[in-house]
Amino acid sequence: MIERKLLLGDEAIALGALHAGLSGVYAYPGTPSTEITEYIQNNAPQVRSRWCTNEKTAMEAALGMSYAGKRALVCMKHVGMNVAADAFVNSAITGVNGGLVVLAADDPSMHSSQNEQDSRFYGKFAMIPVLEPSSQQEAYDMIKYAYQLSEQMKLPVLFRVVTRLAHSRAGVEVGEPLPQNALDPETDRTHWVLLPANARRQYASLVEKQAEILACSGNSPFNRSLPVEGKAALGVVACGIAYNYVMENEPEKLGIPVLKLSQYPLPGDAIKAFAKNCDSILVVEDGQPFAEELLAGILGSDYPVRGRLTGDLPRTGELTPDSVGAALGVAAPQSFSSARNLMPRPPALCQGCGHRDVYNALNKVASEYENARIFGDIGCYTLGALPPFRAIDSCVDMGASITMAKGAADAGVFPSIAVIGDSTFTHSGMTGLLDAINDNANITVIISDNLTTAMTGGQDSAGTNKFEAICIGLGLSPEHVRVVVPLSKNMDEITRIIREEIEYKGVSVIIPRRECMQTLQRKLRNKK
Amino acid sequence: MKKDIILAGVGGQGILTIATIIGDAATAAGLKLKQAEVHGMSQRGGDVQSNLRLSTGDIYSDLIKKGGADLIISMEPMEALRYLPYLAGDGWIVTSSHTFRNIPDYPEEDALFQELGALPHVANLPIEDVAKDNGLPKSANVVLLGMAAKYIEILSVDQLRQSVVRIFGAKSEKMVEANLKAFELGLAAVNSLS
Repeated sequence: MIERKLLLGDEAIALGALHAGLSGVYAYPGTPSTEITEYIQNNAPQVRSRWCTNEKTAMEAALGMSYAGKRALVCMKHVGMNVAADAFVNSAITGVNGGLVVLAADDPSMHSSQNEQDSRFYGKFAMIPVLEPSSQQEAYDMIKYAYQLSEQMKLPVLFRVVTRLAHSRAGVEVGEPLPQNALDPETDRTHWVLLPANARRQYASLVEKQAEILACSGNSPFNRSLPVEGKAALGVVACGIAYNYVMENEPEKLGIPVLKLSQYPLPGDAIKAFAKNCDSILVVEDGQPFAEELLAGILGSDYPVRGRLTGDLPRTGELTPDSVGAALGVAAPQSFSSARNLMPRPPALCQGCGHRDVYNALNKVASEYENARIFGDIGCYTLGALPPFRAIDSCVDMGASITMAKGAADAGVFPSIAVIGDSTFTHSGMTGLLDAINDNANITVIISDNLTTAMTGGQDSAGTNKFEAICIGLGLSPEHVRVVVPLSKNMDEITRIIREEIEYKGVSVIIPRRECMQTLQRKLRNKK
Repeated sequence: MKKDIILAGVGGQGILTIATIIGDAATAAGLKLKQAEVHGMSQRGGDVQSNLRLSTGDIYSDLIKKGGADLIISMEPMEALRYLPYLAGDGWIVTSSHTFRNIPDYPEEDALFQELGALPHVANLPIEDVAKDNGLPKSANVVLLGMAAKYIEILSVDQLRQSVVRIFGAKSEKMVEANLKAFELGLAAVNSLS
């Protein structure tokens, strides 16, 4: 029976995976991927779905479930791919047993991220099939296909979406669920033990599979050509969601043929056949100019290919129906220009948030030193970089606060202070703290603990109730693990403790601990 | 027939609830729809918007083109102005007149309302006062939906009303009652404008 549901792109992916017989989802929260795992948690108690500590542990656990013969999903935001990369790239060398889909949610325009890296490069790098849906319906349909493809090729499949698809709702026709795979652990060791002798054989086999992977793209039901009569001056190659922005501009009325691509590697023969009937090609793709660069190799450098590299489309930021329309020569019938009485309204820490008290205290103490540097990290508390606090001097990647503070202290910066959230600390801060302890670095680490992963909406945090034990277990002396309650009435005590620990020559950790206002308010509302 | 709507406001003002109600009504009416939302960092007191597209035919883009929005529904007057380039020449702005000042450089209110008032099709009402005066301080967003109801056109006022019942019915009878009242207040308020 076909049922129609109103679903976010993320929810369509989740339901598609459930209907494909999913046995487990492994993920660390990250915008715009979080809602996939949340949907499975809320709707499928039979599927393993607890949050993981980071994307690497998620990727490895999913590979283990695949090894056991079951279908597994691993979800992350694009920068999570960097964390998972070791396991991800090597999972293409081992190959898989049960279907394994790696979902990367890219964030062009950096709505909630520090870069706009394009995960399709990871798929090419690992030499595996990549799928990129253009719509919520296609996202649902493609997940089942992705599992079939993964089990057919015995390879992980990378499933790439962008924010605009992940966080947009549409009606989706959904079908019947498949049963889960039976438990069937791998018996052959040779391709799972990547000693050089085996790894060379496995890599050769991966290289050999490339022709078949390419053929799958060529025959993909999700790649299709929308031709026009005769030869066209311009043809459009539209990847993933970019197809929608092209279609919004009614290319059929402009006499522009379209080649829609949703499966990679790029199907060279289909592109050549399409290009033959055009004088030039515009590549429309959200993210980096991945296909545009490759087209020169497929069509030869003489064939005119336009896109983000040639300036026909903006080089950075997400595509819009307007930017794509402009590249197609469609004039926008704009009636009003920008308003005059308008100011930016950046996000800010919530009223009553404990991070506010932490920054007030830190700013006070830091101002007493001439050269204090405060290394920040990734989470709500990154907003401490904005006015009125302007408290942190860096934000680079998950966990970098502690290790950058250590490096700067090694170079002579004093005081060198790190501010990291509880979930970020367990994600990637613990190993850096061990480095600092082993080297007796002169740093002060603030683990601002709000008992949740707040930025992404309040998911469980892996280290809740364990932070003192973790720090002491890593070798920190217990008298330099200090816990405070970040409230303005405690300001004197907090600033005194920060001062004491800055003056201590070695590693100390201060844990300001108070529940996130968002999760607290939600609990109170649910109680009513 | 199509209706492209931009919902605007500040994180936490409840524009996603308005989107959910309209989306539910559209689904029940068998319309096609796309609704791009803002999740993540921006929700923390920053400007938020949702592009809501309703149509009897196929919809491709999740985003509305500049000059293409038939309606801007905003919980805050400056936020309504933020999306002005997206408004169609004959499009309407339905907005709360209650300013939300969480930035140090908020524009002069007189100039702001002058600019808003000079636009051809604007319905501008103190919905937060309407909500508070009627003992419904948490339902200002549904008052706004009531105000906007007759401009949505592709859905009838009654279809939207039924959706308010369905969405809040999942929570409690008391919430249905409060939000229906809020919806009717918005509807009556906008009718008294013309």
